[in-house]
Amino acid sequence: MNGWVNYVLSLCVCLLVVGMPRAATIKVGKQHAVHTITKALELAADGDTIQVDGGVYREGNIGIRKRLMLVGVGNPVIDGEQKYEPVSVHAPYVVIKGFTICRSGHSSMKDMAGVKIYDTHHVMITDNVLDDNFFGIYLQNARNCTIRNNRLVAYGKAEQLIGNGIHGWKCDRLDIAGNTITGHRDGIYLEFVTHTDVQGNQSHRNVRYGLHFMFSHDNGYYRNTFTGNGAGVAVMYTKHVRMEHNVFNENWGDAAYGLLLKEITDSHIADNTFAKNTTGILMEGSNRIRIQRNRFENNGWALKIQASCMDNTVTRNNFIHNTFDVATNGSLVLNTFERNYWDKYEGYDLDNDKEGDVPYRPVSLYSMVVEKYPMAMLLFRSFMVTLLDRTERVLPSLTPENLKDDYPLMQPVAL
Amino acid sequence: MNKIIKYVIADLLRSRTIMVYTAVLAVLSVSVFSMEDSAGKGVVSLLNIVLFVVPLVSLLFSTVYLYNSAEFIELLVSQPLRRDTIWISIFVGLAVAMSLAFMVGVGIPVVLYAATASGVMLMLCGAALSLIFVSVALWATVRVRDKARGIGLSILLWLYFALLFDAVVLFLLFQFSDYPIENGMVALSMLNPIDTSRILILLQVDVSAMMGYTGAIFRKFFGTDGGMAITATILVLWTVLPFWFSIRFFKRKDL
Repeated sequence: MNGWVNYVLSLCVCLLVVGMPRAATIKVGKQHAVHTITKALELAADGDTIQVDGGVYREGNIGIRKRLMLVGVGNPVIDGEQKYEPVSVHAPYVVIKGFTICRSGHSSMKDMAGVKIYDTHHVMITDNVLDDNFFGIYLQNARNCTIRNNRLVAYGKAEQLIGNGIHGWKCDRLDIAGNTITGHRDGIYLEFVTHTDVQGNQSHRNVRYGLHFMFSHDNGYYRNTFTGNGAGVAVMYTKHVRMEHNVFNENWGDAAYGLLLKEITDSHIADNTFAKNTTGILMEGSNRIRIQRNRFENNGWALKIQASCMDNTVTRNNFIHNTFDVATNGSLVLNTFERNYWDKYEGYDLDNDKEGDVPYRPVSLYSMVVEKYPMAMLLFRSFMVTLLDRTERVLPSLTPENLKDDYPLMQPVAL
Repeated sequence: MNKIIKYVIADLLRSRTIMVYTAVLAVLSVSVFSMEDSAGKGVVSLLNIVLFVVPLVSLLFSTVYLYNSAEFIELLVSQPLRRDTIWISIFVGLAVAMSLAFMVGVGIPVVLYAATASGVMLMLCGAALSLIFVSVALWATVRVRDKARGIGLSILLWLYFALLFDAVVLFLLFQFSDYPIENGMVALSMLNPIDTSRILILLQVDVSAMMGYTGAIFRKFFGTDGGMAITATILVLWTVLPFWFSIRFFKRKDL
């Protein structure tokens, strides 16, 4: 019996020893033999780990073409000197962790990024700081990559002078989570990206959109916060999107939207919070979207739903203290509003089933007027206007007949 | 001068109308705030009451008071007192009484229930409207000798400021919507102190909506310090100018 255990043990040791040389660790730093990351990359073989000590590394472009793990210890800085692309990844299974990557070159011809991933898969970029880069992390034709817990800061002044924070082009199965992005053009931009989860990111004060995607089907966006971006969040030409538990707030301006949906179909928007936006959601040419259990609070317009939308369902949402609840631009209504809580509802509930007995019409006459003559906002809440609105509530003539909630809730939905 | 002011204020504060006015405002504000679930909504509901009731009461009450104290004024004029001293004293007395009534009736509930930027703006605007419409009432009474006609003129003036002006603005807005009328509209709203106050409060209450297309123009004007200074100046002018006209007329008037 004892011999058998010995046999297994020695076999294990042998296997371990055989495996060892494949995972060497090369240390880079002032007190080590290797002073530059480029040199270490030359020395390394597939599967090695390069451990980089604190300090500033100015090495132009660092191209990674082997399956390596780059780990920063004591916050090493890779400086692009505003001329180069600091890190380019060409190989699969690369891990980059614990670096500060800063000052990439600015080029509209080459789209330089702090870290750019070219045509590969299973790359992991975690726990880095990307400071003052043109694009932050750029994924080009990549699969199964993970971008986690990075902090991206840029100082963009105008849209055309700065790139996006996390930019994905023609990718599949990405995992983008826990990143903080500020001052880029779009916080997160995805184009032709599929089966991707975007979770727990913070996108604040970017020059254009907090989140922007196009032609990116079957993606999910959960628990992200988009605050104070130049034009809010805009998503376009996409099918099968899930947006849940996100916060869209303080997107202020004429063309700023908490969430702009353009040609989005078969999607779910649930449990989100839209607060203090000029427009909470604007829907254009969007079909078969389920909007449920969201909170709309203190928005100028909670929901603008254009006549080009059909078969959408708006149910069990709370509309609280918005200037206008719903606005539209035509009389055709092909959407369903049901069982929402509207704080402006003035009906009664005689049968005590917690649903109002008279329908609520969320479109006020004056919101139609303001839609057509924006200057009319000047007279909002004046006695004349209140009178007009009251009359219209009693005898709807200009507001769409069918846009109504037949079962408005008497109490806010518990969320 | 101080003596006359003291006398006028004492006389006014004892008057039943002022007490009822204060009590009604207080009851309205408290009930509005306890009915609405959020302070913001309370301010919005109160906004319409303030913009409607405060000018009406300030205007009508001052007019009636002045006509009723015509003999008292005659008596004062027969004394060795300057006419502008008498008139200023009466104005100060009325202004203090009206704004005090407003501050007690609306100010205290606002401080208790909604001590927010919008609440404070509502208080300031209400107080300013009290002063402005006392001043307008002085002008109206000094121009018209007959009491019935004078009160009629006050009511007409109130109708104009509270309703007709907005109707005219709405009409102009629809008629000239194809032209760049934004700045003109802002200027036009300055011609009515009720509108000016309403926009000031709106910028606090509906801040999100006001950040939109038109909001940009409003904010550029009302939101900046310079714009605020201009607005405040306009409201002060609305107080001073009618009063100044009335004092000029009162000095020459054959009582």
